[in-house]
Amino acid sequence: MSEAKAPSPGGSPGDRRSEAAIEVKGLEMGYGSYVLMRDIDFSVAPGEIMVIMGGSGCGKSTLLKYLIGLKEVEKGEIIYDGRSFSKASAKEKEEMQRTFGVLYQGGALWSSLTLAENVALPLEQYTSLSASEIMDIVSMKLALVGLKGFEEFYPSEISGGMRKRAGLARAMSLDPAILFFDEPSAGLDPITSVRLDELILRLRDALGTTVVVVTHELPSIFAIADTSIFLDAETKSVIAHGNPKELVKEGHSDPKVRDFLLRSDPEKTPIGLPRKNQSANSIDSASHG
Amino acid sequence: MGTTNSATSTAAGKVTFGRSGRNLVLRFEGNWNVRNTRHGEIDALFSELDREGAADGLQVDMANVGSWDTSLLIVVARAKDWCRKHTVNFLSESLPASVASLLAISEEVPERKTGRELKKSSSIFTLLGSMTIDVFAGVGTALEFTGDAVLSFGRILRGQAAFDWRMFWLTMQECSAQALPIVGMISFLTGLIFAFVGAIQLRQFGAGIYVANLVAVAMAREMGAIMTGIIMAGRTGAAFAAQIGSMKVSEEIDALQTLAISPMDFLVSPRLLALFFMMPLLVLYSDLVGILGGAFVGLSFLGISWSQYWNQTIGSMGLIDIATGLVKSAVFGVIVAMAGCERGMKCGNDAASVGNAATSAVVLGITWIVASDALIDVIQEVLNL
Repeated sequence: MSEAKAPSPGGSPGDRRSEAAIEVKGLEMGYGSYVLMRDIDFSVAPGEIMVIMGGSGCGKSTLLKYLIGLKEVEKGEIIYDGRSFSKASAKEKEEMQRTFGVLYQGGALWSSLTLAENVALPLEQYTSLSASEIMDIVSMKLALVGLKGFEEFYPSEISGGMRKRAGLARAMSLDPAILFFDEPSAGLDPITSVRLDELILRLRDALGTTVVVVTHELPSIFAIADTSIFLDAETKSVIAHGNPKELVKEGHSDPKVRDFLLRSDPEKTPIGLPRKNQSANSIDSASHG
Repeated sequence: MGTTNSATSTAAGKVTFGRSGRNLVLRFEGNWNVRNTRHGEIDALFSELDREGAADGLQVDMANVGSWDTSLLIVVARAKDWCRKHTVNFLSESLPASVASLLAISEEVPERKTGRELKKSSSIFTLLGSMTIDVFAGVGTALEFTGDAVLSFGRILRGQAAFDWRMFWLTMQECSAQALPIVGMISFLTGLIFAFVGAIQLRQFGAGIYVANLVAVAMAREMGAIMTGIIMAGRTGAAFAAQIGSMKVSEEIDALQTLAISPMDFLVSPRLLALFFMMPLLVLYSDLVGILGGAFVGLSFLGISWSQYWNQTIGSMGLIDIATGLVKSAVFGVIVAMAGCERGMKCGNDAASVGNAATSAVVLGITWIVASDALIDVIQEVLNL
């Protein structure tokens, strides 16, 4: 038997839709009358990994909340696979949300349920599969994240990295078309973090899932991102859009983005010493800051 | 995995097998989706494979597969497992790259052999034994906690404790002024119910006026303290357990310990002392409102005048009755605070444990209130008080 044609989940590559998997047009984010970010425009192609970058407090996680429907869009539009998400009825929205998988920062596993029960819950809710069929799927999902044999453990009995992987298994339980990750590397040691990045890449390659990641971990950004956007709190806008490996090159993006990607403080020289032209006062404050 | 598909075939996933020389061939067709997988057919296929007997290898043909998800992966994994059991070569090179890659990921980390086993049902003797052990362990930790509280009190008296005065005043406020409405309402109704029950019996003998005695003594000696204790166990004890339990979850208690501040001095003692001081005041208030509840029945339904009722109440009650209630209230205050704080300090590290701690603080508090009330009554009887 020769090598079979390589069908990919969701259709063969040639069948892929030409339109974007995610499209955001003129989105404005805020709390009450306070505007956090305006005119956000970007699109993500099917099977692409997009990273949302930015400094602390710039609204990365808030943007994720808009994308997954935890916050109502008041201005602008979010479109998934050609269908408007922000203008959809509540029922349509729920239906679209079922095609999302979300991995929250701490895993957000339900503490009173075992890992198997955590992964099984979405399947019990939204499919009519029997208990043994659900267990087959649960075992496969846990095996995919390297947690085979941990079915009967409670979230409090496993480590932070394992909790994140279990959260990923739960996020994948309904075979989502789009996976959202909120700070996947936060709180993980570098090796666990690298392994999680690799897992994300391999799952994307095998499954063709579109992935959106909120992070400010530079190694992760360079390792996994096909494209990225940079949110700037100062101008309340997206100041860069593209592959981070391109954005980091001189002259390819705003200096703020380069400083961010190069991990350099614009107020200091690379070794952390104040610039020569700074006054004595600012030297003092910089060294204490 | 991909949920929408644009595969030309709309047929549901199907798998059949055939032979190609010495090899078995599994042919997958159609669109594989967990929601419409025919598990019965797949089981039947593997039974047939069992009967098929010897073969050199098993290969997979996925040329006619449209879209697919986990359901297909599960069948492939099962086929691989079947090969392992029947010592047949699984020809993994016949798998499409994406399926092979996922299968590799799922097998990369070996199954944890020491994983927790499913709970086994135990005999009634095992259950009884483990329950007894749990009870003794619980008594042990409660005694240890009580000992720690006494030591902490000693440190406070010597001025060596990091006593949180803000928490002390805040708890005083929470379990006094803020508890007045609920304690008032329940006490009024308790007095009223007692008066009604007494009135039905006493009226038959023309002794309706003695309703005042019944209500006054019952409220002062027993019901004022018990009802207030139960309210505070549900209101304040549960709150203590939840507050301290959440602090444990967010490592605030660890932070205190690393600063060499005893959580007992900083968190438990302020709450314990606040309840110890405030419960007697609440019970005095409860007694008074309960007597008013009884008076309401006396005045409205038994035709007793206010002065008659009041004189009868004063005459029937001795200082010892009020003192009994007050002693009990202080004991109940300590019990409620101890139960709440102990459950909070012993709380696990997740949200469910905080809920369990609050529930068990209330149950423990109420149980000990009733038990200690009975004990105090027996002691009083023996001492003839």
